[in-house]
Amino acid sequence: MLDALQYLVWTLIKILAISVPIIIAVAFYTYFERRVIAAMQVRIGPSRVGPLGLIQPFADTLKLLLKEIILPANANRFLFVLAPVITLAPALAAWAVIPFNDLLVLADVDAGLLYVLALTSLGVYGVIIAGWASNSKYAFLGAMRSAAQTVSYEIAMGFSLVGVMILAGTLNLRQIVLAQQGGLFDWYWLPLFPLFVIYMISGLAETNRAPFDVAEGESEIVAGFHVEYSGATFAVFFLAEYANMILISSLSAILFAGGWLSPFEGWPVLGDTMLAEGSIFWFLAKTVVFMFMFLWYRATFPRYRYDQIMRLGWKVFIPITVVWVMVAALMTLLGIVEKGS
Amino acid sequence: MMKRVIEYFRSLMLLELMAGLRLTMRYFFRPKFTINYPEEKTPKSPRFRGLHALRRYPNGEERCIACKLCEAVCPALAITIESSLRDDGSRRTTLYEIDLFKCIFCGLCEESCPVDAIVETGFLEYHFESKSESVMNKDQLLAIGDRFEAEIAENRKQDAAYR
Repeated sequence: MLDALQYLVWTLIKILAISVPIIIAVAFYTYFERRVIAAMQVRIGPSRVGPLGLIQPFADTLKLLLKEIILPANANRFLFVLAPVITLAPALAAWAVIPFNDLLVLADVDAGLLYVLALTSLGVYGVIIAGWASNSKYAFLGAMRSAAQTVSYEIAMGFSLVGVMILAGTLNLRQIVLAQQGGLFDWYWLPLFPLFVIYMISGLAETNRAPFDVAEGESEIVAGFHVEYSGATFAVFFLAEYANMILISSLSAILFAGGWLSPFEGWPVLGDTMLAEGSIFWFLAKTVVFMFMFLWYRATFPRYRYDQIMRLGWKVFIPITVVWVMVAALMTLLGIVEKGS
Repeated sequence: MMKRVIEYFRSLMLLELMAGLRLTMRYFFRPKFTINYPEEKTPKSPRFRGLHALRRYPNGEERCIACKLCEAVCPALAITIESSLRDDGSRRTTLYEIDLFKCIFCGLCEESCPVDAIVETGFLEYHFESKSESVMNKDQLLAIGDRFEAEIAENRKQDAAYR
């Protein structure tokens, strides 16, 4: 009995130790986004609340939490409130298998990659339910678009992960990282470059980020699936979107950029210093780089038209990934790339 | 046919997207245009048309001689003037009101004034807390004139050559 209780408490502590930093990271990511996009538009961005505006995300959160939650007439109350939770839960749950370094992983499961893929796919249900439960045309259109887009890009994304699986020979995220050992040019971004690019672009589409943000395309359907949401429920959608972005960034770091491994591994100049050793800081640094790219793309590219999104997903990405999966298989077969485990 | 194939593979290299990304990254490091308003301010022309004021001569005598040219020229009918003879026999206003809600800040009153009495100052940071406050009376206008006299005189001096 006591053992079970101890186990429960310890697990809860571990869950909090991962989810609380993520929520704080989300808060600062919104701030970071506003500053970065402002800088690219030659503005300053939020700089008033607290030093350099660093308290801004907390002010925003407080504002959202204090606002009224409006339930639209004829909305399905139960589903309406459930939808944001369904969107957020997978975004946080997927972190269970993310290895922060060799030892720091909540659940070192063998089918980690599959688990992540499954959970990121679940997020779309929240969007669809939100769009349907709101009883609004705009929300419904946004949900339909989002569903079609996510389903299309899931395939390309899945195939680019197949490439990683072929090279690493495992589904365990920790072992995938270990298989990439050896420095910058041993990471999988190089042999799997087309898959890496497609993974990043599909990641944008999966998270409904610009330039694939037709699901909430402000200019045509107001805010898409979350038009009717306000206050805390909207905040949860916001949280889920950004948590997903951070998740995709960290996955890119793990699958294609060597996770916690140092890019200078084995450089004689550096010897045994911090720089040459793999650590959680490398993992965080890589994740931040990918997170920055999300913002960079948003500041650069205009929104795709709906039919262009579908064309890109089905007619360009899927053929390329299929071909490159073959190439990856050949590379391992011929021993060009060392096969992991 | 060949051209289309080449075009296809060119588009796969995402060259246009790279060019776009390079552009935004260049802008990322540009010095920013933003003016931090209360701390930093943009330069103002001496002809700036802000809040109105009635000026006085250096000896303290008010300039306005109640000729009512400004009232006549005002396209928005924002100015109301009543006048009478003062004890020393000079004509002065007894009532001089400007409704700032009607005023369009065109500066015609300023231009029409033969004695440079009604002017628009460079002062723009004012507000009302109730609708009735929009009507400025003579005392308020004179007070504003006293407050900004140095600035008004300086602006007039700078602009004198063009009048």
